[in-house]
Amino acid sequence: MGNYLSSTAKQRQGMLSEIGLTSMDELYAGAPAHLLIKDSLELPDGKPEMAVREEMQKRADMNKIFPVIFRGAGAYRHYIPAIVDTVVSKETFLTSYTPYQAEIAQGILQSIFEYQTMICELTGMDVSNASVYDGATAAAEAAAMCRDRKRGKTLVSAAAHPDVIETIRTYCWAMDCEMELVPVKNGKTDLFALNEMLDDKTAGVYLAQPNYFGLIEDAKKAGEIIHQKGAKFIMGVNPLAMAVLKTPGECRADIAVGEGQPLGMHLGFGGPYLGFMATVGDMTRKLPGRIVGETKDAAGNRAYVLTLQAREQHIRREKASSNICSNQALCAMTAAVYMAVMGPEGMQEAAGQSMSKAHYLAARLTEIGYTRIHEGEFFHEFVTSSRVPAGRLMKHLEMNGILGGLPLEDGILWCATEMNRKEDIDRLIELIREVEI
Amino acid sequence: MQLLFEKSVKGRKSSILPPCDVEQVTLPGSCLREQELRLPELSENDVSRHYSALERRTHGVNNGFYPLGSCTMKYNPRINEAAASMPGYTEIHPLQPEHTVQGCLEVLYLAEKYLGEITGMDAMTFQPAAGAHGELTCIMLFKRYHEARGDQNRTKIIVPDSAHGTNPATAVMAGFKVVNITSGADGCLDLDKLRAAVGEDTAGLMLTNPNTLGIFEKDILEITKIVHDAGGLVFYDGANLNAIMGVIRPGDMGFDCVHLNLHKTFSTPHGGGGPGSGAVGCKSFLAPYLPKPQIVKTAEGYIENYNYPESIGKVKAFNGNFLVTLKALTYIVSLGRKGIPASAANAVLNANYLMKRLSSCYQVVNTGICMHEFVLTMEQEAKEKHVTANDIAKALLDNNIHPPTVYFPLIVPEALMVEPTETESKETLDEAADVFISIYNQAMENPEGIHKKPEKTAVGRPDEVAAARNPVLRYQI
Repeated sequence: MGNYLSSTAKQRQGMLSEIGLTSMDELYAGAPAHLLIKDSLELPDGKPEMAVREEMQKRADMNKIFPVIFRGAGAYRHYIPAIVDTVVSKETFLTSYTPYQAEIAQGILQSIFEYQTMICELTGMDVSNASVYDGATAAAEAAAMCRDRKRGKTLVSAAAHPDVIETIRTYCWAMDCEMELVPVKNGKTDLFALNEMLDDKTAGVYLAQPNYFGLIEDAKKAGEIIHQKGAKFIMGVNPLAMAVLKTPGECRADIAVGEGQPLGMHLGFGGPYLGFMATVGDMTRKLPGRIVGETKDAAGNRAYVLTLQAREQHIRREKASSNICSNQALCAMTAAVYMAVMGPEGMQEAAGQSMSKAHYLAARLTEIGYTRIHEGEFFHEFVTSSRVPAGRLMKHLEMNGILGGLPLEDGILWCATEMNRKEDIDRLIELIREVEI
Repeated sequence: MQLLFEKSVKGRKSSILPPCDVEQVTLPGSCLREQELRLPELSENDVSRHYSALERRTHGVNNGFYPLGSCTMKYNPRINEAAASMPGYTEIHPLQPEHTVQGCLEVLYLAEKYLGEITGMDAMTFQPAAGAHGELTCIMLFKRYHEARGDQNRTKIIVPDSAHGTNPATAVMAGFKVVNITSGADGCLDLDKLRAAVGEDTAGLMLTNPNTLGIFEKDILEITKIVHDAGGLVFYDGANLNAIMGVIRPGDMGFDCVHLNLHKTFSTPHGGGGPGSGAVGCKSFLAPYLPKPQIVKTAEGYIENYNYPESIGKVKAFNGNFLVTLKALTYIVSLGRKGIPASAANAVLNANYLMKRLSSCYQVVNTGICMHEFVLTMEQEAKEKHVTANDIAKALLDNNIHPPTVYFPLIVPEALMVEPTETESKETLDEAADVFISIYNQAMENPEGIHKKPEKTAVGRPDEVAAARNPVLRYQI
């Protein structure tokens, strides 16, 4: 039971005899016979589609869907317009591959070209690649872009997302390169310490905007400090926040990276998401991954192709700048459809509402003694103290269908988006009040 | 065709969000964006039509035959998509408490168990997002293993010249030097060269089996022994697992770790280039070094265990491309213990059948039984008639067939690498063979004619040289 073969047993027998064999077993005559596992594969029996659906649904039902979420920390529940899933579920987009044959892949190629343009507009940078795996790997790849023979060290703000920090750390370790954390002061990157840490071995500095604690960093000043010491400035940004916040381009960043999930991707227990990467014109040829460019065919028609492939592994092999040979094409398309249907106003509205609701939430939490532990402007996340053990508070909220903020060592990291209605926030406050000190 | 930006009309928009129901806040000007946000302004209808037009200008497995060698473009069962669209998976935050995500953790646990069984490995991680990412994770495991043993002089990774370009690029990203060794004419590893290459500086070998010429490495046990005896480890590149899944296990061949392309072998699908999943499996002695967390089943349920002090850390945020892993599990549950090996055997049968048909005019690099794919060479025709592998590929485009992989493996001049997969019917293979043969015959009669192909596609052959020389990488608004 269960396979997607198209040939019948009779056809198979005919095909076998065409190639001069009598049984399927003979196909593996070239392999050591004692290694063949025959019939002993320990897997369950296959199932027809209806039974598979039931099994997968049963498993899905073991998860708890929270109708109301006040948790972000790198994955955000925003409203996803209906057309987004419709477009990216189209069979051809699902089942095609990397557009090697441009003539029959103009659809995928153009969609990436449009995505690249949107990422440039959003970040204020000159050039974007076709995307990489996620925000964390984009950051790690960006760190590698900055290194040269003289400068091998990467500095990373301790106010970055923990998974981003850990991923950069792993990549740096693998390349035998140094990586150090720039300390946090009052929830923000300590720019004084950064200035002290920068030396002539520092290749690049990664700073998150807004940072992990939701605070808006003085990225422009950080950029000045970094550039003064001859290092490159990598800004990791929330793409939706870029609809309102100063862009990496305006902050003179050399590379902008980030997690594209807020642009129309489901939470999906962590993925697939989207790593975007954009840089300044001078660093174009250091960008890893696929890049789509515009050209013409012999008749003068506009056409798109994968380009600047001389950077890549299939040509450069061990001299390539990265081993990446794919992108998150369907996720890049998701982001592009999201941005296209939201438009500039819709993006600003979603960003603005997220920010406004987070500020309303912060004000209401303050009223009941859950005060912010950091000063400074924030986007749609912030940290408060907790008046009760966070675990107990979360349990109570969970029983009422609410996923509360993320408990951190010294507080709770809250998030609001346009999905959190005022009445949800007011109800949250009432529920928190019910948890006795 | 116009770009979204060219269709944009100032002031056009869709109504998506309700008005804000709390007081609107603004930030100080110093925080704010000054540049205008120049995204397209469109109606939903505009967007819908646009992407439908783009879909028509794309070839997917649903449109026709896609024998792209090394990419395993098999049919992608739609039940995979149905499972991955269930809100019980899509609406789950990656940082929810463990007891609220038991279904997700069970998905990861079962995927590990089943894929471990198929590959003969003891532990797995699903963090890597793509094949190349999985390769990198494996070679990082090698690095950590040698490091943990204080064996600091193992600085080299051996890679056969028939390998995919990601192999050497990966070794470098993990801080190793690459030792290339040449393969025999059949793409198989030369044992004497391997013996000469290994030594106290060998960290490991990267190998795929069957190799990139579609031949099973018959000396595989000797190969893994040579590397192990020298103190190195052996990595299995899962690119070609579709030939042997459920039939022979990399773990039994002596491989220490594997990466899988769930988007290829396990049908999840390819998505125009991603998202994929580069799941990694390893033997128990490498398990302590896997990325954190690992999923453990306890009496109280599944937990995410972070307590692996020797772990390489994280290679990606959260739990990798979870929904892709979920699709692979759905596929394995559908096929089960018989369907998995049957798929592999039929992939091999289809390849041999198509090879036999094409060998009537094309030069096959290796005669004899191939595995899931085979390689043709146009070397002779290119020399004598100026008809290249690329010409054949371009002519196929007019016939609703995605061409084979061209110019790979690098050890074969003018290569066409054909992988039909198991889900194609005999009728499809016969039709395709007729097209391949007729293109060949026409090209031999009229070599000039084929240089003009394709003629029926949305665009003709694009000028790639101009694209690279004067890069236009975004639309200028």
